[in-house]
Amino acid sequence: MRYSRTSKILGIAAIVALSLSACGGGGDDKSTAGGGDASRVIIADGSEPQNPLIPTNTNEVGGGAVLDLIFAGLISYDADGKPQNEVAESIETKDSQNYTIKLKADQKFTNGDPVTASSFVDAWNYGAAAKNAQLSSYFFESIEGYDEAAAEGSKVDKMSGLKVVDDNTFTVKLKQPESDFPLRLGYSAFFPMPAEALKDPKKYGEHPVGNGPYKFDGKDAWQHQQQIKLVPNEGYEGPRKAQNAGVTFKIYQNDTTAYQDLISDNLDVLKTIPTSDIKNFKNDLGDRSIESPYAGNQTIAIPYYLDNWKGEAGKLRRQALSMAINRDEITKVIFNGGRTPAKEFTAPVLDGYSDSIPGSENLAYNPEKAKELWKKADSIEPYDKSEKLTIAYNADKGDHKTWVEAVVNNIKNNLGIEVSGKPYATFKEVRTDATEQKLTGAVRAGWQADYPSLANFLGPIYTTGAGSNDAVYANKKFDAAINKGLSAETVEEGNKAMNEAQEMLLSDLPAIPLWYQVAQGGWSTQVTNVEFGWNGVPLYYAITGK
Amino acid sequence: MARFLLRRFLQLIPVFLGATLLIYFLVFSLPGDATAAICGEKGCTPAVEAALREQYNLDQPFWVQYFLYLKGIFTFDLGTNFAGQPITDILARVFPTTARLAIMALVFEAVFGIVIGLIAGLKKGKLFDSTVLVFSLVVIAVPIFVLGFLMQFVVGVKLEWANPTVSGDATFTELILPALVLGLVSFAYVLRLTRTAVIENSGADYVRTATAKGLSSRRVVMVHVLRNSMIPVVTFLGADLGALMGGAIVTEGIFNVNGVGNTLYRAVLNGEAPVVVSIVTVLIVVFVLANLLVDLLYAWLDPRIRYA
Repeated sequence: MRYSRTSKILGIAAIVALSLSACGGGGDDKSTAGGGDASRVIIADGSEPQNPLIPTNTNEVGGGAVLDLIFAGLISYDADGKPQNEVAESIETKDSQNYTIKLKADQKFTNGDPVTASSFVDAWNYGAAAKNAQLSSYFFESIEGYDEAAAEGSKVDKMSGLKVVDDNTFTVKLKQPESDFPLRLGYSAFFPMPAEALKDPKKYGEHPVGNGPYKFDGKDAWQHQQQIKLVPNEGYEGPRKAQNAGVTFKIYQNDTTAYQDLISDNLDVLKTIPTSDIKNFKNDLGDRSIESPYAGNQTIAIPYYLDNWKGEAGKLRRQALSMAINRDEITKVIFNGGRTPAKEFTAPVLDGYSDSIPGSENLAYNPEKAKELWKKADSIEPYDKSEKLTIAYNADKGDHKTWVEAVVNNIKNNLGIEVSGKPYATFKEVRTDATEQKLTGAVRAGWQADYPSLANFLGPIYTTGAGSNDAVYANKKFDAAINKGLSAETVEEGNKAMNEAQEMLLSDLPAIPLWYQVAQGGWSTQVTNVEFGWNGVPLYYAITGK
Repeated sequence: MARFLLRRFLQLIPVFLGATLLIYFLVFSLPGDATAAICGEKGCTPAVEAALREQYNLDQPFWVQYFLYLKGIFTFDLGTNFAGQPITDILARVFPTTARLAIMALVFEAVFGIVIGLIAGLKKGKLFDSTVLVFSLVVIAVPIFVLGFLMQFVVGVKLEWANPTVSGDATFTELILPALVLGLVSFAYVLRLTRTAVIENSGADYVRTATAKGLSSRRVVMVHVLRNSMIPVVTFLGADLGALMGGAIVTEGIFNVNGVGNTLYRAVLNGEAPVVVSIVTVLIVVFVLANLLVDLLYAWLDPRIRYA
């Protein structure tokens, strides 16, 4: 006991000493709009980008966080996900199908090359063409000519829907009217690339040159598996101007280690509190912690190729399953408030979100009705007990076991059926079974928004034949409703149509929505002005020293 | 002696071929499609998957993939991992760090293990001996991640004597704490091995003779007892070097050391056969060389052992 008290005092003494020295150095610092020390280099946790840092080839958070800082797209999103123009002067359309995009004059990449209409058009063509094998290729699928360029083995390297008018203007023709197209343009796949990138993508992926608020700090900025060092781009003029002297992403093998660095002030910002510290991080950090809802959710998808879960009986069983899950309790007990119960299929931070879409009562905990529906389903078609229900998840990344077990227990207790979690050793094994339609039960699914739009949560997952449609849901009426939403003349009308389409999902339940994601993060005693964005990523450019 | 060395080096060739073939096959047979690991949570289109398969030769049968890899070794081009980094760069990055960590751990366990083991063996049954025995038992019994997190929390977070994690440069001072944790369990083994061997040899005829002919007790202990007690310890240390290099996954994870263990672990999860095989091959060479060194040390420690 005496020992621990001494060490605490030592700790406090050290913190006091550190903050004193920080104040001492603060005399001649530049101050910023939000107040705070703009001369500090922010150390943030990161993960090693899984692919070369090419905008069209990055589809995960580690690389995405870096790209968002070193590039400026036509638009960017503010903290709430509202679009704001960056490189674009204007994006105009009369019919939601033909867009004319004008760029601001005199924009430059950090290597001195001008940002022109071709910087966008060439980058997008590169991203779409099948021969370049870019992971984000499908983001261009709405553009006319995509199918020709992206077909397997295709040698076509240009989409017919993109036309350069002059240095600062280009036009985009879509296959069909889509009113939320401009909203997507802040996603990394749509960033511009300088000509040198396309000449030698391999080299460029190691030393990317962008036009964003930050740039790579010289040749050795990216030390693989160690850190990525970014410094402010002085030439950047836009809404996301750097308020600090740089951001260094320190790469961690696991969150637990990063948390130890955070509480000992060796790390400034941590964007995900590890599961093991969720119970105590608010105590450890006090007002240096944050819980901020973001555009992501968790669901369990149940494939329609399983006999118990198709047809009218299957629909009733899906509803029964959904009502047997006590979302309130699980989010409170297991996640300590780090998730909020789902009311529909998207996420609350999005424009157009509604928590009272007809059918959302299917997501409320109601064990009596669940039993009743289950019985009713059995009277239509008896439940085949030999096909035991499992919930598949991957055990290598993310911490899914705990909540899967909780859901399993809910279902077991309320419906009295046999059900169990089914861990897969690796992520790729689950994905392979899911894409080859070999799942033997339900599978954990979830979505993190690429851009803040309801359509992003529905189209890629539930339309017939869509890339992430693990449930193999096929409903022509739903497809039509989504198309109607996409081709609506205004975003508001589009959102309305999207929520009408959601009514079908809430009744059919191809997947069972569980909860929405809440970013749980924290920062050190050395920094201030930390805010998390709509996508759960801190607004790094706004962070300052104290 | 020269012939012995030559023979041992020639043995490396079948070991190398056999091991690479076996490991390549094991990674190849892991379930799941490697493109699913590349495409990640969001997945990619079938056309992109097909292009990726072609790029990494994943569409080829096992033998073709394996021979392409072998060909790469002889042309010094091991290819790239799925993130597009040359595998040679990865090896050059992780091995020096891990070697430094492993050697520091080895020196720590050897020096402290032998010294304390020797003293305990000489004072058999005394308080020091019993204390050391209990302590080493506890160290062996507690899992390494418990020791790791405990040391990190106490020394790194509470006392602030060291950073809780290791930076990219992995300097000598930063690696002291992880090396201690890594070497702790083996330290207990070395201690126990030394102690037992010392007790056994203290009663040997040649020790009695040496004492009888009037040698100083210092010389008896250092030359006659200790030197002869080193054979099992050196054998253990030789094998342990290989284990420390490849098996430091837990310690590396806790202290964020960018080394062999974690790189290997990630490559296995992703199904990156060329990365796994390259790393394991280097580990095998280290293992074989360490064993060769142990064999040579035998002759030095005990003149009765000779090589022809």
